[in-house]
Amino acid sequence: MSRSSTTLAVVVLIVSMASCFFLVGRIARAYPSSPMEDVLFISSPEFVKRASLGYSGLLADIYWMRVVQYFGRKHQRDSTEYKALAPLLDITTTLDPNLVVAYEWGSTFLDQPPPSGAGDDDAAVALIRKGIRNNPDEWHLYFTLGFIQYLGQHDYLGAAKTFEEGSKVPGARPWMKMMAAKMLTDAGKLETAQYMWQNIYNESTDKSLKKNAELHLACLAVDQDIPILESIVATFREARERNPLSWNELVSSGLLRSVPRDPTGAPYVIASDGHIVVADWKKLPFITKGKPE
Amino acid sequence: MTSRIRAIAFNTFREAVRDRVLYNLVFFALLLVACAPLLGEISIGVQRVLLINLSLSAISIFGIVISIFVGISLVSKEIERRTLYPVMSRPVGRGEFILGKYFGLAGTLLFNTGAMAGGFYIALLLMTRSFTQADANILIAIYFLFLQFVVVIGLALLFSSFSSPLLSALFAFSMFVAGTFASDLRAFAAMGQGPERWLARAASFVVPNLASLNVITRVSHDQLIPFGLVAYNTLYTGLYAAVTISGAVLIFSRRDLK
Repeated sequence: MSRSSTTLAVVVLIVSMASCFFLVGRIARAYPSSPMEDVLFISSPEFVKRASLGYSGLLADIYWMRVVQYFGRKHQRDSTEYKALAPLLDITTTLDPNLVVAYEWGSTFLDQPPPSGAGDDDAAVALIRKGIRNNPDEWHLYFTLGFIQYLGQHDYLGAAKTFEEGSKVPGARPWMKMMAAKMLTDAGKLETAQYMWQNIYNESTDKSLKKNAELHLACLAVDQDIPILESIVATFREARERNPLSWNELVSSGLLRSVPRDPTGAPYVIASDGHIVVADWKKLPFITKGKPE
Repeated sequence: MTSRIRAIAFNTFREAVRDRVLYNLVFFALLLVACAPLLGEISIGVQRVLLINLSLSAISIFGIVISIFVGISLVSKEIERRTLYPVMSRPVGRGEFILGKYFGLAGTLLFNTGAMAGGFYIALLLMTRSFTQADANILIAIYFLFLQFVVVIGLALLFSSFSSPLLSALFAFSMFVAGTFASDLRAFAAMGQGPERWLARAASFVVPNLASLNVITRVSHDQLIPFGLVAYNTLYTGLYAAVTISGAVLIFSRRDLK
């Protein structure tokens, strides 16, 4: 082959390859295919297990990776639909029934209300119960179930029973028994939720789990601050027959010592109607009070 | 007799470890082991579990591939290259030849498994910074993988003693797949009636019981492997290998090599 022919062949190869890439991009943009992320391909967990030829542990890890990526993508887009989440978790935990992390995190993904999660309490409870059946010695799973029953389903009696059962598992922390008692007496109080999240924060070795607990504690602190601040504003209103225009008015009148700040460090905002709101509620997604109208 | 078997085994081992394809496969397995920590990063809470599962599965899959593809060519290559005839013209029995080939390849697999296991333990040390007692448990899973290879080499050698390399590979691989379903076959037999019951039961004993030799998932969760299982598996592998090698010797002894 002569030198010129070689050069020509190389040029044709490079140009054709580049054109192919360009064309594929154009076709994909012009005729977009339907999104595949909600497609399961194989829906039977038992079949997937059989087809794994004994490498079910590795396949479970791959499915778990898919769960994390699927949830992450949907969560990033503030999606409210997580159709494939529960079936993917079912396949993962059938492939490896001892993959405790999949039960713990998976049920949290399922339980949290949209857009933070799928908001499917029943699926979350079913998954965690499957986890307890397969790993009866894991007290963390009882804690997660009790947690969902308490905060997700508001089933305080069920949560008390679960915490009580979990406290009997060898290695369970003593505060599990305390949680069982609190469920029966102070379930509706903010302090109980704070106690629970504080324990999660103290117990977690995982960075993201710790961060999540920290965020919930911050949101609970806001829920606790707002009624106090609103009562101070009400006192001011009674005295002056108008809402305060700024925090400085409340500080100078002696009702407050300094400008109150939310856990992110930003000052709380006094709305025109006298209600207190946070500056950026997206940084505190779990607050139940202080969201702007 | 022992010295002749040893000589053939040593030559088989030497020939196998010189094969570049083998190094490529081992290199690829080690590459997968090295990738495991990166994959763990895009998941949650399974870094160590994933490293164990991925590494041991890679050792298993590549070991099975080597066992089948090198195993089926052990005899056929010698016939094809006509290197079998000078060996047979010496006072070497056909049985000794098969046994020597078998032990040579088993030695190669032991060497490869050791190298891949070494790579895995280095990756584990880099990830966890120190070894725990549970990590020693993983050695049992690696030993079981080696037992799997011993069974598969026997099957590959048995099929290659009477069939073409392509068909031998197909048969050996099919037996490997069927072997992973041995317990399902037994369950199927228990549910069946009449001849199907006995047929399924017979098939479940003919295929190698490979499911009990795969404890990768269990060791990834630090579950202890009972000593009884180690003893049973070792005994079973020895017996199953004896069956396949005897079969291969019997067939190869009657084979017309002219």
